[in-house]
Amino acid sequence: MPRSAAVTAVQLVGVDPDAKLSLLEFLLVTTDLQASARRAVDWLAANTHVKQAMVAVVEPGTASMMLVAEHGITTAAIVDFSLARDDDAHPLIQAMRHADPTFFESTNDAFRSPIEGSAFHAIPLRTDEDSLAHGLLLTSATIPDLNPDVAWVARTLARQVGRLLSRQTLAETRFGQERMLLYSIINAVTDPILLTDTEGKLIIANTHAEKLFAAPEDASEGWRRATGLNNMLFSAALSTSAVGHSEMARRELLLVDPLEGSDLLFELLSSRATDERQGTYVVSILRNVTDLARAKEEIEESYRTLRLAQAEVRDERHRLDLIIDSVADPILVTDQEGDIVLMNEPAERLFTAPKSASDPVLRHVRANGAHLTSFVSNVLTRGGEQRYRGEIQLTDPKTGRLSPVEGLAGQILSEQGELMWVVTILHDLAEAIEKAKLFEQLKQASAELERKVQEATAELAEQNELLRRQHIALEQASALKSQFLANMSHEFRTPLNAILGYTHMLLNGVTGPISDPQRKSLSRIDSNSQHLLALINDILDITRIEAGRMPLNLSTFKIPALVDEVMSELEPIIRRSNLSVRSTMPRVLPALRSDRQKVKQIVLNLLSNALKFTPAGSVTIKASYDARSRTVDIAVSDTGVGIPEADHMKVFEDFRQLDSSPARGYGGTGLGLSICRRLSQMLDGTIDLESKVGKGSTFTLQLPARLRKR
Amino acid sequence: MTKPESADALVLVVEDYQDAREMYSAYLQFSGYRVEEATNGMEAIEKAIELMPDIILMDLALPKVDGWEATKRLKSDPRTRHIPIVALTGHALAGFAEGAREAGCDAFVTKPCLPDALVAEIRRMLAKTRQQDDDKRGSESSGQRR
Repeated sequence: MPRSAAVTAVQLVGVDPDAKLSLLEFLLVTTDLQASARRAVDWLAANTHVKQAMVAVVEPGTASMMLVAEHGITTAAIVDFSLARDDDAHPLIQAMRHADPTFFESTNDAFRSPIEGSAFHAIPLRTDEDSLAHGLLLTSATIPDLNPDVAWVARTLARQVGRLLSRQTLAETRFGQERMLLYSIINAVTDPILLTDTEGKLIIANTHAEKLFAAPEDASEGWRRATGLNNMLFSAALSTSAVGHSEMARRELLLVDPLEGSDLLFELLSSRATDERQGTYVVSILRNVTDLARAKEEIEESYRTLRLAQAEVRDERHRLDLIIDSVADPILVTDQEGDIVLMNEPAERLFTAPKSASDPVLRHVRANGAHLTSFVSNVLTRGGEQRYRGEIQLTDPKTGRLSPVEGLAGQILSEQGELMWVVTILHDLAEAIEKAKLFEQLKQASAELERKVQEATAELAEQNELLRRQHIALEQASALKSQFLANMSHEFRTPLNAILGYTHMLLNGVTGPISDPQRKSLSRIDSNSQHLLALINDILDITRIEAGRMPLNLSTFKIPALVDEVMSELEPIIRRSNLSVRSTMPRVLPALRSDRQKVKQIVLNLLSNALKFTPAGSVTIKASYDARSRTVDIAVSDTGVGIPEADHMKVFEDFRQLDSSPARGYGGTGLGLSICRRLSQMLDGTIDLESKVGKGSTFTLQLPARLRKR
Repeated sequence: MTKPESADALVLVVEDYQDAREMYSAYLQFSGYRVEEATNGMEAIEKAIELMPDIILMDLALPKVDGWEATKRLKSDPRTRHIPIVALTGHALAGFAEGAREAGCDAFVTKPCLPDALVAEIRRMLAKTRQQDDDKRGSESSGQRR
């Protein structure tokens, strides 16, 4: 409810006296009512707590109130403002008739207050001389008591209004009101608007433009610089553009936000207007496109990101294709409807065919597709189960061969748990079955092989055992043979001993004198008995060699002495033969290390053979030593009957005499050379034969000079 | 042919084969020796102890008690230990001679052995024994002199 507010002071107190002086000076100089009111309102805004203020004056000659200045009043409120002086019921008209200010609470519904959302004072503009107030000053307030400074301004303004109203014309006042409306309209536009001359010099700017191009006197250095820079940029933009024409020019202009220092991008729309009275000027509207440019950049950036992401997705997809194509088992991905969305090459062989394919192939492909669909439906219909494993009967479209396939179908769910796709992997069981079969065959073959090896091993062991037994049996048989021969030769000797003994006794005349014919017969008995004894001795020798019962007795001896000994033992035979027998020994001949008795037996045998088979001529025993091979040769040469080359080997065989007829003219057992060969082998030696029929023979015994015991 | 140098020497011929035994006996008697015969090892031991021969000609292959066994017993008996034994065998295989020597034989003759060779061996052994006896007596007499 409106009520009177007490004016508590009228002195120049509270506010800086200089500020009040400045206001008073201005008012004193100016003759413009509107300028005065505006100055007063601005002063209030600058020096007091008043946030909103307005001045309305009575238009002379009319009954209406005219708004001449405002601060902080909304454009809508300015446009709506209308008050008639004779509207006696209006609270503001009533307040104007009071002598004192009236306080209005913020919450009033009696009228539409120009001061919105706040309590205010309505102060009548009246000097003490005036009977009626010339106008009203409305100021926002928080408490009912009027601020003394506000009261002072009200009085000062009232005086000024009273002074000026008497001079100012109605028309001037009206024009001022319209101009003010225009201002408020321009200010209401959020885009900066400027009116400049063609050089860019500012004539009018709205508040948004002022923020960019004008710095208050108390602004910081940075602010002032920024506005200076903006003015330069704007002037440059105007001069470089084609502002010479009447049509609209449009270009971008980069300015600086004076408060934040950040870049602001504007679209500058400027057009030239010509007024007959004031000349040519330029209207410029700046539209802030900073956010637009930023948004464009962001869109471009996200587009690039999207392109990159798409490329990655493509690569990923390519990799995935490579991977699933490299799997030998068919892999398929189907959607909820069971349609194939992706498959690898092995799957393609089963489920696709070119349109040109033959009917059976197409039929198989269709049948496979149907089997697959019913298989996949298992995992589609079973709500809970995410996987399904089972067998499918598929047919190879190319061969028409039916193959059992094991399939594993698995659901692919989205993040929200919805079924997206089903992946099915097929595994050819035929191959597995075949492999299992082959493995089984392999196992059987292996077992069979093992069994055969075991059998063979057992057989081998058996044969080894048999051989071992045979070997033992043979050894026993050989031992028995040797024993038998030894026994037999003993049994031969016993009677032979008696025959030889008695023959000797008779020849020695133990039983009395004997006649010549008797002596001749006894001699025959004696020589045949001796021959038989020699045979028995030879057989005994061979038996002993073969039974390994002839030990080696090594000694070192001289060959010439041994040859002399042999020759003297055979002296009676040599004498009877009428042959020239001699020995040839080299001057240097090393002593022989060997078995003397056996060497002597060999030489004796060779010499007696030579004497036996040489009817006329000579027999030579020749010894020699080869230092390089460290061997000794004892060669017995004769000029006898000789031996055909084909028979050279035969002479060394047992019981071999080349003329095997009973009427042969040569004695001997036929075992001599056989024994010689055996003996020479025992002594690590050899016996060689050179012979020509009718020319004679040479038997050469070759022995190592020093025999080592094995 | 050969003059009997020790006509009183007694030779015990041990041989189971009669022909051989009588042949050696005849030739030894012809050569001037006294001869006694035995046909097996047991008899040889008995006759050796009873007759105390100067030398024994012992065939090794004998029935009942063989030549090796008989030789061993005679050589281990103090009464007969000094009598030289000449072994006689038809087995010429290696090892027989060694076996005979181990049994205590003083000499070894292989059959067939001609009567001449046998008598020569007997004579050699007797001469050797007589030499040893002379040496023994000599050393004993010298001992008496001291």
